Amino acid sequence: MAHAEVHAAQHAAHAEQQQHPIKLYLLVWGLLFVLSAFSYLVDYFGLEGYLRWSLILIFMMLKAGLIVAVFMHMAWERLALTYAILLPPLLVLVFVALMVSESNYVLFTRLAFFGTGP
Amino acid sequence: MSAPIKTPAADTLPRPAGLAGLASDWASDQRTFKNVSWGKAMMWIFLLSDTFVFGCFLLAYMAARMSTTVPWPNPSEVFALEIGGTHMPLILIAIMTFVLISSSGTMAMAVNCGYRRDRRKTAILMLVTALFGATFVGMQAFEWSKLIAEGVRPWGNPWGAAQFGSSFFMITGFHGTHVTIGVIFLLIVARKVWRGDYDTERRGFFTSRKGRYEIVEITGLYWHFVDLVWVFIFAFFYLW
Repeated sequence: MAHAEVHAAQHAAHAEQQQHPIKLYLLVWGLLFVLSAFSYLVDYFGLEGYLRWSLILIFMMLKAGLIVAVFMHMAWERLALTYAILLPPLLVLVFVALMVSESNYVLFTRLAFFGTGP
Repeated sequence: MSAPIKTPAADTLPRPAGLAGLASDWASDQRTFKNVSWGKAMMWIFLLSDTFVFGCFLLAYMAARMSTTVPWPNPSEVFALEIGGTHMPLILIAIMTFVLISSSGTMAMAVNCGYRRDRRKTAILMLVTALFGATFVGMQAFEWSKLIAEGVRPWGNPWGAAQFGSSFFMITGFHGTHVTIGVIFLLIVARKVWRGDYDTERRGFFTSRKGRYEIVEITGLYWHFVDLVWVFIFAFFYLW
């Protein structure tokens, strides 16, 4: 009985905790639209090279951050959950580094042994 | 003496915040995720595993694109459409992006209404989200048919590196599957919300357990994740 009450209280507290003003959601929604439009314009104006890639990455990270932090409520969770979910994907960057080096090697061998075409 | 052993109700005591809270939450002999129900924690852990799946797909695409000696087809041109006589580069993908972002917005609203126990609004917003999702899948089906008609195959295409087709079908196909599953998930939960299952505490068909409005937030987590993955696919596959 007491346990059930504690449980109910927890749920009530939790429900309150993830209750955020609609205005905030609308703001993030608008920002996501603007950022998507910016990413599209990067392609539309045909920007090239490092400018293109850095802009794409900046807009991508901003959008991803807004979605995770506000829409998925990560900004209001305890750090125990936040770190458990957000830190492991960073290890993928190690994998990226490995595969970049591997791809360069594969490209090198292809050019060295097959000429310019496969 | 026969009274049940009372464990201290750790959840009711104030917990330290910040890094001290992180250390104490992860300390031994207690549940780690304090104010997160098992359903929500498990959805997050599933999404973490799904992150690795999509991460591996995008990595495979990166490795293929970096190591090929043949030029990569220009996605800006491949996904261009003629609308009203004007040539619009990448326009279909841009529209799909806006549709998916809109669906994320309506989903966030649905979660908000769910916690305010507004049964009708929650169900309607979830149905709108599902509708946006179905639209997205429909546009993707159009995109696939168009590309297949133009001769794109997993083993080759008319414009350049053969790996373009296999990367495209694998990455967008897997993402489209996720969206489709999300639409089904949304429809199931929206029906339960509409019927008032979470107000009358009706027991679930499979689990025989009472549901709570929290399931709307859990469904939302999955749906926002689908949108999140699209952000990365849009950046790396279509824009790069």
